Amino acid sequence: MPAITRAEVEHLARLARLALPDDELEHYAGQLDVILSSVASISEVAAADVPPTSHPLPLTNVFRPDEIRPSLDTDEVLAQAPAAADGRFRVPRILDEEQ
Amino acid sequence: MTDPTTLTAAELGGAIAAGDITAVEAAEAHYARIDAVDGAIHAFLHLDREGALAQAADIDRRVAAGERLGPLAGVPLALKDVLVQRGVPTTAGSRMLEGWRPPYDATVVTRLREAGVVILGKTNMDEFAMGSSTEHSAYGPTRNPWNTDRIPGGSGGGSAAAVSAFMAPLAIGTDTGGSIRQPAAVTGSVGVKPTYGSVSRRGLIAFSSSLDQAGPCARTVLDTALLHEAIAGHDPLDSTSIDAPVPAVVAAARHADVRGMRVGIVRELTGEGYQPDVQARFDESVELLRELGAEIVEVHCPNFVHALAAYYLIAPSEASSNLARFDGMRYGLRVGDDGTHSAEEVMALSRAAGFGAEVKRRIMIGTYALSSGYYDAYYGQAQKVRTLITRDFEAAFARVDVLISPTTPTTAFRIGERLDDPMAMYRADLATIPSNLAGNSAMSIPAGLDSDGLPVGLQIMAPALADDRLYRVGAAVETALNARWGGPLLDKLTVGGTR
Amino acid sequence: MTDAVLAYDEVLESYDPVLGLEVHVELGTASKMFCGCSTEFGAEPNTQVCPVCLGLPGSLPVVNAVAVESAIRIGLALNCSIAPWSRFARKNYFYPDMPKDFQTSQYDEPIAFDGWLDVEVPTDDGVRTFRVEIERAHMEEDTGKSLHVGGATGRIHGADFSLVDYNRAGIPLIEIVTKPLAGAGELAPEVARAYVTELRELLVGLGISEARMDRGQLRCDANVSLRPRWAEGEEPTPLGTRTETKNVNSFRSVERAVRFEMCRHAAVLSGGGTILQETRHFHENDGTTTSGRIKSDAEDYRYFPEPDLVPIAPDPEWIEKLRGTLPESPAERRRRLSEAWGFSDKDLQAAVNAGAVDLITATVAAGTTPDAARKWWLGELARRANETGADLDALGVSPVQVAQLQALVDAGRINDKLARQVLDGVLLGEGSPEDVVVARGLEVVSDTGALGAAVDAAIAARPDVAEKIRGGKVAAVGALVGAVMKATRGQADAATVKDLILARLTADS
Repeated sequence: MPAITRAEVEHLARLARLALPDDELEHYAGQLDVILSSVASISEVAAADVPPTSHPLPLTNVFRPDEIRPSLDTDEVLAQAPAAADGRFRVPRILDEEQ
Repeated sequence: MTDPTTLTAAELGGAIAAGDITAVEAAEAHYARIDAVDGAIHAFLHLDREGALAQAADIDRRVAAGERLGPLAGVPLALKDVLVQRGVPTTAGSRMLEGWRPPYDATVVTRLREAGVVILGKTNMDEFAMGSSTEHSAYGPTRNPWNTDRIPGGSGGGSAAAVSAFMAPLAIGTDTGGSIRQPAAVTGSVGVKPTYGSVSRRGLIAFSSSLDQAGPCARTVLDTALLHEAIAGHDPLDSTSIDAPVPAVVAAARHADVRGMRVGIVRELTGEGYQPDVQARFDESVELLRELGAEIVEVHCPNFVHALAAYYLIAPSEASSNLARFDGMRYGLRVGDDGTHSAEEVMALSRAAGFGAEVKRRIMIGTYALSSGYYDAYYGQAQKVRTLITRDFEAAFARVDVLISPTTPTTAFRIGERLDDPMAMYRADLATIPSNLAGNSAMSIPAGLDSDGLPVGLQIMAPALADDRLYRVGAAVETALNARWGGPLLDKLTVGGTR
Repeated sequence: MTDAVLAYDEVLESYDPVLGLEVHVELGTASKMFCGCSTEFGAEPNTQVCPVCLGLPGSLPVVNAVAVESAIRIGLALNCSIAPWSRFARKNYFYPDMPKDFQTSQYDEPIAFDGWLDVEVPTDDGVRTFRVEIERAHMEEDTGKSLHVGGATGRIHGADFSLVDYNRAGIPLIEIVTKPLAGAGELAPEVARAYVTELRELLVGLGISEARMDRGQLRCDANVSLRPRWAEGEEPTPLGTRTETKNVNSFRSVERAVRFEMCRHAAVLSGGGTILQETRHFHENDGTTTSGRIKSDAEDYRYFPEPDLVPIAPDPEWIEKLRGTLPESPAERRRRLSEAWGFSDKDLQAAVNAGAVDLITATVAAGTTPDAARKWWLGELARRANETGADLDALGVSPVQVAQLQALVDAGRINDKLARQVLDGVLLGEGSPEDVVVARGLEVVSDTGALGAAVDAAIAARPDVAEKIRGGKVAAVGALVGAVMKATRGQADAATVKDLILARLTADS
């Protein structure tokens, strides 16, 4: 049984906002299967009592004072936008509701 | 006049400070070298001649005015294209960011400017630093100066190639799983991944936030240390930056003495899977260290065998989130905005068009590893393995001062050879990944050549915030090997018929 | 399409409502959650943005210390435990107004958890208290704002394109989530409203937000589900499917939205249908909700610890120091004031609901009796606020001015009618009440000599009325008093006028 099915890859592509044509989906399904199969062994390595390490540093409580710092120049920012109008970023119509 | 491109950064900085050569002359000489050889190598994605020469002229004015500048003032540098530089095109090797000009400087760039380092341009890399060969650049591969049919390593192949082909004495790389050390190894140069948190990540386009670390690349251990000292230090704008003094790396690089040091050989990072030539150069290095007065100890790090699997879950997971912002809405590539597609569709079309195959693969692996139902078995488990690997290091460093291994299992492979075999490509990082997972410091220095005349790297690993030990050991090995070879390894290199 | 609804009484015959309320409050910090951009409301679009809040490549967040303090103080004020160790997490989903395409939030390790807030609801049988249990309070960041252009309505549907302003992106938010709230029965809509009202008073009292719903600084999502009633002694019935009505943006709307959803759910359920787990949108104009997004399995936020930030581990001393900064709770304060002012529960509740407690306090502090202060703020001033749509505290008259006004009345220098004219002047910016009285010449005429002529004229003009009064019909005096008041343009003191008239007419007889 493959580690990942073609349907799952399709679902992943949707979650990751990647518009992949069918032949690419097929291609990736094969490759992801190989990769995931070879990393799957990891699920048996660590005992339940091993704490996870999400970060190599033991730092805590890094804060900055609540002070205003200069913002960027609006024109410079919008100059890099694919489309802009009225001082705002112009984006295609949004279908989905806000989360 | 000596050709400035043949000088080390330390020598060049000294000559500029002494007024023997100007920073402008140094920059122009390196641009001339780039013009002569980079057609064959393709180390650079963008050259900022105007900006660099203006900066060099400013250094010259200050030198002429009698100002005392740092040791690297006026020395040229190649910057990996994953660090943002205000107003200078920054792509991270991706089509997604073609033409993007960042409105701010990375902290590393600010530090370089403060040190008077002249940034020549941006170097090629695997797209978003994902790769071990620089073949995954959207702008074409970089070639290894030792053999242009071979890869220069990755992801920072451009920076390593620029340094080893004498197009710049210094370069900045970033190392998430070996992207500084592996290119250094296969190009015969020196590269260091500093302790995680010791060089600011602000302005470093994130691949995997908990692993990424910028660091120095150069041709000598001392030059690497000078650059390390220039870029390291606390940055309040990076929450994961360590607020502690930078280890005295330059002093250590000048203290090339390993007598009495305990050096550990990691059993799990030798033997099977390592090319015989690579193993032979490593064994010679061990012998050399013994001769130099180090005590050699064998250590076991049993969980290192799981490092690759843990890495290929953690890094893609973080990347899948870090790269979400490339959606064609605020900057970068936008595809399909023709009035017929919604924002959601335009995002998906832009990302499909803007990302290359390797990036898409990793985004999907990461999305999978984080998704509900799989999180515990993959991402959660990989984090536990990370704990086990850190414990292995702790146990080993309780017995020894540094650990050593070959930097890479093989020397530079052929361009195209592993493109269709992701797992084979991933294995290039076998020995470098553990240090990223634990956040330790590590270095690669040249250890000789294989039977094809390709460089082999020696990896030195030290605990977090003990980066100075790398330089002490590295400088000792470098001095002894150069004496044995009758000069630096890179002196044997000719590129495009020159030098 | 209009949804069928069941009459409210019928809903309660068969079903028991369960509520869950999620409130987002924007903190009033000077700078954003993770960067130094200003949070000032109303700036030109995209002028308060930087690499961090625009999510530019390479940017990194750094946590605002005051936001953390505010979160801890909210947690303490809501009787929560403060986590000794908590973390930020990334909530991954794509949306154009969210610059990083993930929201930096907190997931399974919130900074505050397990608290409660008591709220009071007036009923026919007196005020009832409900304890609303708090699941958690956590920190997160706000999104940008989209302007939908084209189409007929300016709404998201049918728009041609959208324009995004990221000034709001990255403003610190605290999300406060209740545990499922059951047992309120028919009072569920009122309890929901009372909770949000009480929460706002608490937040304003803490000084951490203006919490103005009209500016989106306080936003409420209301979860509603129904379950069939069960007989005493039986196992409670399982919880029903819930819907989440988003962004209900006034206290009154919270109550209406809950009520509507209860009636809609009941109609669906009693018709044999099933409730879809979905988000709903509330419409202010007719008090209904319409279907939003179906919550599906495709929704997978892939939370994981934010690797660009380090954990928050407040030491106990810090927490106790912050506890020391808490003001008395709104409920304690109300009890204290109620006693000091001698208000009835109903009067005090009215003051709370009108947002007038602080104003009355300040007016009393300036020398007015509590009753007089209450009459001003909940009477004449509330009426004017209603007319103009302004909040009481934004009306343009200060508690000190109200106290001065009342002092003029108490001194007999102006009467109630004149006081309203003086108030007009104050609201028009003509100065203090004293200034207005002098400038407009509004002082009452209480000098009996000066009034005598007007009284004589009034009696002479209405001999019939004068005759009645002489005949003992004292109540008829009102007509003559009115005539005198009219003649003196309201500046006479009515009581004095009445005394004068009666004195003359009864002296004659």
